[in-house]
Amino acid sequence: MILAAGPSWNPIIDLQQMWSFPFMVNAFRAGTIVAVLAGVMGWFMVLRRQSFAGHTLSLIGFPGAAGAVLIGVSASYGYFAFCLAGALVIAALPRAGPGGYSEESAVTGTVQAFALACGFLLVALYKGFLNGINSLLFGNFLGISAGQVSLLGIVAALSLAALAVIGRPLAFASIDPDVATARNVPVRALSVAFLVLLGAATAEASQITGTLLVFALLVMPAATAQALTARPGRALALTATIGLAVTWLGLSVAYYTPFPVGFFVTSFAFAGFVAAQAVRHTRPRWRAASTETSPMPIGIAR
Amino acid sequence: MTAHSLDSDVDRQSSNTVAPRKEDQRPVASVITLRDAAVERGGRRLWSGLDLTVAAGEFVAVLGPNGVGKSTLVQVILGALPLIEGEVRVLGGAAGRANERIGYLPQRRSFDPSLRVRGRDIVRLGLDGHQWGFPLPAWWPWPGATARRAATARVEEVIDLVGAGGYADRPVGELSGGEQQRLLIAQALAPAPDLLLLDEPLDSLDLPNQGAVAALIATISRAQRVAVIMVAHDVNPILSHLDTVVYLAPGGSKIGSPRDVITGPTLTQLFGTPIEVLTASDGGMVVIGHPARCEDHAGQQP
Repeated sequence: MILAAGPSWNPIIDLQQMWSFPFMVNAFRAGTIVAVLAGVMGWFMVLRRQSFAGHTLSLIGFPGAAGAVLIGVSASYGYFAFCLAGALVIAALPRAGPGGYSEESAVTGTVQAFALACGFLLVALYKGFLNGINSLLFGNFLGISAGQVSLLGIVAALSLAALAVIGRPLAFASIDPDVATARNVPVRALSVAFLVLLGAATAEASQITGTLLVFALLVMPAATAQALTARPGRALALTATIGLAVTWLGLSVAYYTPFPVGFFVTSFAFAGFVAAQAVRHTRPRWRAASTETSPMPIGIAR
Repeated sequence: MTAHSLDSDVDRQSSNTVAPRKEDQRPVASVITLRDAAVERGGRRLWSGLDLTVAAGEFVAVLGPNGVGKSTLVQVILGALPLIEGEVRVLGGAAGRANERIGYLPQRRSFDPSLRVRGRDIVRLGLDGHQWGFPLPAWWPWPGATARRAATARVEEVIDLVGAGGYADRPVGELSGGEQQRLLIAQALAPAPDLLLLDEPLDSLDLPNQGAVAALIATISRAQRVAVIMVAHDVNPILSHLDTVVYLAPGGSKIGSPRDVITGPTLTQLFGTPIEVLTASDGGMVVIGHPARCEDHAGQQP
């Protein structure tokens, strides 16, 4: 961005300056919505070890966005349509066993490559748009309209509301599917529901970071938070906070430099992840007495 | 003490078994009744003609080589697999109808080392993980703060009961197999079940831990009148605690007290390989000839 001479280094003045442009206001609104939704879904995705599914969904979204532009509608609709449809397809695939998609990795890898190729074709067909391939793959925040922000907001609100309803049994089913099944938790249905929510979150994140950098908001904040705390509540709050922080920082820095926002958001998220790993591994490790030496429990309570 | 509600479909007889806790004068109602039961898996009949009655507070071991349907028996009791002949009643109703009153510990190796969730959270899932909604922090004032405090206290109680207080706040993936197993037993105990179904709970443990966990389960079973069905590979660590033994073998099944069933002639006949039972100087028994060893051949049979 070469709109401004440079930052004043006073955050309030800089934000005021950025927010004097409607497109920056839209960018911050969209970034805020997406960071929270992607962070929270990402925490569950990391917990369920379904990062591969998330990556596949983002690549499926690419031809959707390119096709939407080709037929003259907003790329948002293309992302949402393809990511949600892709989520249903992945949900319909037979799962190898609890927790893993490893069995389908060859199939999914094939589909990923094909999705990318289709997207590339669609971009090429829309000749005047070939420059736009960068923003589809690596993110762009210049063209976000007020209507797009509303759409992001509505989808995010619906997704988070759904997650608030299924959150606890989803965590149970993710951590302990066998016991959850025995307790009549609908593990299979929750898995489908989660993939659809993940599709929505991926479609949203793609619109800020682009197809190839969705993990900046989907995986990195959650992985950073999980390195810092094992308490689910704190980890979720921390995930959303980290996602917000890297998005706002990335948008601000991108505004004052000629370089793309996707790079900055990803780099800040990566820096946070590295710092969290450093903290985790330098923190003094306390090992409590292990079971081998702990006394047999004698108190019986009910 | 906990949230499990008695559904109207549970008949009078069984509602006695959940009456608060748990004096010895309460009527002896059978927790499990299997009558002439037979089951098939993959078109192959695993066992048939099984008659088993388990009373409250009874400690039952299900023994036998791999592939004879020990875990299948657990699935039948959970209502996850129908019988092809005979009848099963669990806690006064059809199998699967009262699973919230069953603590289930599935067969497993261990949690993924990267799972960044506290042991305490794993235990908590056993208490209310099946309920819709999103867990609120214990300090949150509204709604249901009292219930949340009670739940927190209950989790603390069962963690103390299994002697896991020293490591319940550490990420469960970092714990040893024995520590994880104790937390999982606490998880199964959290909703104050009337029946514990434990599928090879000693399998991943070293010898001292096998003895300690077996003694712990026996103590809980006696003190709280919880019926325990434990699938086991090796009878020796639990032999002194058992009330009843269910031996499943390719050559048929045998049910009775350890003294009646665990005899050289019976086991030799069941397994078709010479097995000796020695009585130790303290009156304990030791099974030699190791039934587990002949499973490699027995398990192969189609």
